[in-house]
Amino acid sequence: MKFFKKSWWKILAIILVFYTLIGGLLMDVPRLAILNETIRNLYFHVTMWFSMMILLLTSMILSIKYLKSRNPLHDIGACEFANIGIHFGILGLATGSIWAKFTWGAWWVNDPQLNSAAIGMLIYLAYAVLRSSIEDEQKKGTISAVYNIFAFAALVPLLFVLPRMAENSLHPGKGGNPGFNAYDLDSKLRIVFYPAIIGWTLLGIWIASLRIRTRKLINKIEEV
Amino acid sequence: MLVKEVVALIKKDLVLEWRQRYALNGMLLYVGSTIFICYLSFNLNLGQLNIVTWNVLFWIIILFTAVNAIAKSFMQESPSRQLYYYTLVNPQSIIIAKIIYNTILMLMLTIIGYLAYSLVLGNEVKDHLYFIIAILLGAMGFSTTLTMVSSIAAKAGNSSTLMPILGFPVILPILLMVIKVAKNAIDGLDRDVSFDEIITLIAINLIVGTVSFLLFPYIWRS
Repeated sequence: MKFFKKSWWKILAIILVFYTLIGGLLMDVPRLAILNETIRNLYFHVTMWFSMMILLLTSMILSIKYLKSRNPLHDIGACEFANIGIHFGILGLATGSIWAKFTWGAWWVNDPQLNSAAIGMLIYLAYAVLRSSIEDEQKKGTISAVYNIFAFAALVPLLFVLPRMAENSLHPGKGGNPGFNAYDLDSKLRIVFYPAIIGWTLLGIWIASLRIRTRKLINKIEEV
Repeated sequence: MLVKEVVALIKKDLVLEWRQRYALNGMLLYVGSTIFICYLSFNLNLGQLNIVTWNVLFWIIILFTAVNAIAKSFMQESPSRQLYYYTLVNPQSIIIAKIIYNTILMLMLTIIGYLAYSLVLGNEVKDHLYFIIAILLGAMGFSTTLTMVSSIAAKAGNSSTLMPILGFPVILPILLMVIKVAKNAIDGLDRDVSFDEIITLIAINLIVGTVSFLLFPYIWRS
């Protein structure tokens, strides 16, 4: 938790996010048919999923820690990281939807990757409903931690196995399509793409840390 | 030790089910009436249903049956009796016993459902062995996933709402795989075609089973 109070990574997050925004919109990108300028969405859409997975993974690790330690802080952390993960997922769906409109011609296409992502969101929304349905704090912590770990185990085949097995995916790297890096994730894209992942993830952690600290303060006030 | 406990618990569940047969009969009636409602709603003559619809409809019926049948696996018995089990046996043997018992139950319901479904809506399956394998894997997958979900839902209180909310998204990968294997079996495709799906199904089952095995003690203790 000490990490949350340090400021160097927050400054890094700001720098990287601004670098993504400015560099991502202004720097040179490869010219490709159909994709054209929308390839810049790579920095905003694909990075959302990477950040979401990192945040949800953190949430699951905190849930495991909670089951071991019974420290309420871990429970709050797991909940907030999952919340921010859901937000990133929704942003990922929204940016993907825009991208789909301009390259595939529709806001929503029947694509396994899209459907899996939407189901992933449903799992975590169910997690939120489960949390709000239990009154007792300790019971809430235990049961939602168990569901969180269980759901993450189910999410992995959903996001990483099923889309790859499907025959009719439009996404690169799925359904027999070559991955992005096979032909066009060249060095021009990479110099923005990787920093963008780190930037968005740090931003997510920052938001989560602020929410965790707020929750801690609220708990303290209630105790007094 | 663990094996002995598991066997004893499965026996207890089976005997309990057999003595108060209303639960079993209730589920059978549930499957039967759902199938009949579908049949009447489509209002078709035998075998006129599109193959894709036939297959998907069957699995949706089985899914709802599974949710209803398995939802009660941790609510049937009173809290005081559960406390008694808590003092007697390992939590791990309870979850294994419940999963196996639910698999048996689902297998029975699915097969009876399949027969009734074929009777009224026709049966176009070309590869019967593979369809039975799909049923077996489906019953296993549904019961493994939903047993754990039902234990979570039972602890959380209002499980009639929570069970589908928590269960449906988690069960989807299994459902999609099973539907695909079943579709291949109906079309009578080469058996190698569905090999990948079957392996994936078994792998998902193993993952979910292991995770339930590891996590159930925490649920049980609370």
